[in-house]
Amino acid sequence: MQIVAENLSHVYSPKSKFAVSALKNVSLTIDEGEFFGIIGHTGSGKSTFIQHLNGLIKADKGSKKLTVGEFDLLDKKCDFKKLRSKVGMVFQYPEYQLFADTVAEDVAFGLKNFERLSEEETAARVREAIETVGLSYEEVKEKSPFDLSGGQKRRVAIAGVIVTKPEILVLDEPVAGLDPKGKKEFFALLHALHGGFVKTVVIVSHDMDNVAEHCTKAAVFENGEVWKVAPPKELFKEAETLAEMGLDVPVTGYLAARLAANGVKIDTDFTERDFARKVLETYRRAEEGR
Amino acid sequence: MKDVAFGQYYPARSFVHRMDPRFKIVLSIAYIVAVFLVREFHFLGFAAAFAFIVIATAVSRVPFFKVLKSVKGILFFVIFSSVLQVLFNREGTVLAEWWVIVITDVGLLRAAFITLRIMLVVMGTAILTLTTTPVEIADGLESLLTPLKWIKFPVHEFALIMSIALRFIPTLMDETERIINAQKARGADFESGNLFKRIRALIPILIPLLVSSFRRADELGDAMDARCYSGAKGRTKYKKMRPTYRDFIALALMAGLIAGIVLLNGVLGVPV
Repeated sequence: MQIVAENLSHVYSPKSKFAVSALKNVSLTIDEGEFFGIIGHTGSGKSTFIQHLNGLIKADKGSKKLTVGEFDLLDKKCDFKKLRSKVGMVFQYPEYQLFADTVAEDVAFGLKNFERLSEEETAARVREAIETVGLSYEEVKEKSPFDLSGGQKRRVAIAGVIVTKPEILVLDEPVAGLDPKGKKEFFALLHALHGGFVKTVVIVSHDMDNVAEHCTKAAVFENGEVWKVAPPKELFKEAETLAEMGLDVPVTGYLAARLAANGVKIDTDFTERDFARKVLETYRRAEEGR
Repeated sequence: MKDVAFGQYYPARSFVHRMDPRFKIVLSIAYIVAVFLVREFHFLGFAAAFAFIVIATAVSRVPFFKVLKSVKGILFFVIFSSVLQVLFNREGTVLAEWWVIVITDVGLLRAAFITLRIMLVVMGTAILTLTTTPVEIADGLESLLTPLKWIKFPVHEFALIMSIALRFIPTLMDETERIINAQKARGADFESGNLFKRIRALIPILIPLLVSSFRRADELGDAMDARCYSGAKGRTKYKKMRPTYRDFIALALMAGLIAGIVLLNGVLGVPV
């Protein structure tokens, strides 16, 4: 499913003193298959934007177009419930939304809301979801979600979202608060999901290393507008402009800039592997030339 | 839920804003007493109280409509009670009669009287909450309740609990909104079904909210511990409350209002 937004606007508390224009004429297309990054500092409108994608926030009247696959979100008759089963949304610190007595029940919550399945089918889907996120179904199904460790809780919360097999998975700062190992495992999980029923991943992140490493394309939000949409390879060449907006570049970006200042130009896509290879190549060439 | 502005404090630097919160609390209570002192149907007393409100609002630099708006919350209650008065009061001269309903002049007067009384009380207390932050009110109450320490009432803790509760209302509102959105994204439906179903639908919101409140309470307790909080003993205040000339001017005005009302009550012995 392709996501298309044209001239999307949203104002919080309109007509009051506290009116905040969170999105101004945002036009953005996210193609199916993309691992799409959304970056921008706090208050740039990125969270508002992603909450439009499953109808949690409704676009203002002036907006021209907002479609997700065949769903027209500006249409009042849009089946938001069905949409939400297709667009899974993982909020920041998703472990705080756990509520049920057992892990299995919590994971089944979304599934039961969206689909009428027999008990066996539900259990099978729940098992599948829990195992997909790397937990042992037999071990955790009867446990209280509140007795798990932080990392496990987050996995259970994500199982509760992917149990409906969404085609689009939207995640808001999903690795915040995880340790380095947890982050690595989490992205491995995301890539594994991306190869399966999840066709498109949209991820909001402050961490430019993650964006450079994992995203195929990224949009930069600034003051409720889209400043630029480009693959990380192009985006992070503009380190200075990004810095002016209060944004970072990946470590590889800083290193490339430092090398460029010393007369060594490296054409990299800013992933660690590519950067290391290009630096090594340049080094070898210099060795040979000597 | 972002549209709900909690508390109605109107920030400004005015005569009333800079008054000692303790004085403001006591004067508000005195004002309520004054309004209730007005004898039945002595509307002139109400006029005096209203004049007091107008003056207080003017020197507080709060727009007058803000004070008027405070009445909105109790409008239903006011209308309800005055309708009851009109319909079921049987004293005085009968003006109209229909089936079991009898409308008398006293009934009408009493309805007007009660309506005005409630509105005046609410407007007066609105001035307090419009010009005083919740923290100031809590501090003021703490100081005013100090005598209760004699009967071992934990005044300081009481005030602390109050300010913490007030402080966390916006935080919890944000949290609630986040959880509602998260559960909605998982297909939760809060708008359809019968009453029983809707109450059940709240469980996925209430439990995470409760859990996170406990977590927050734990964290706050640890943070207070880490900063060596040990209760009221030996604790000093960052903002010392000190009465100034403003408080005494306000006090004099209030004394004038009460004296005026008492005088009016005496002079005009007969209902207007």
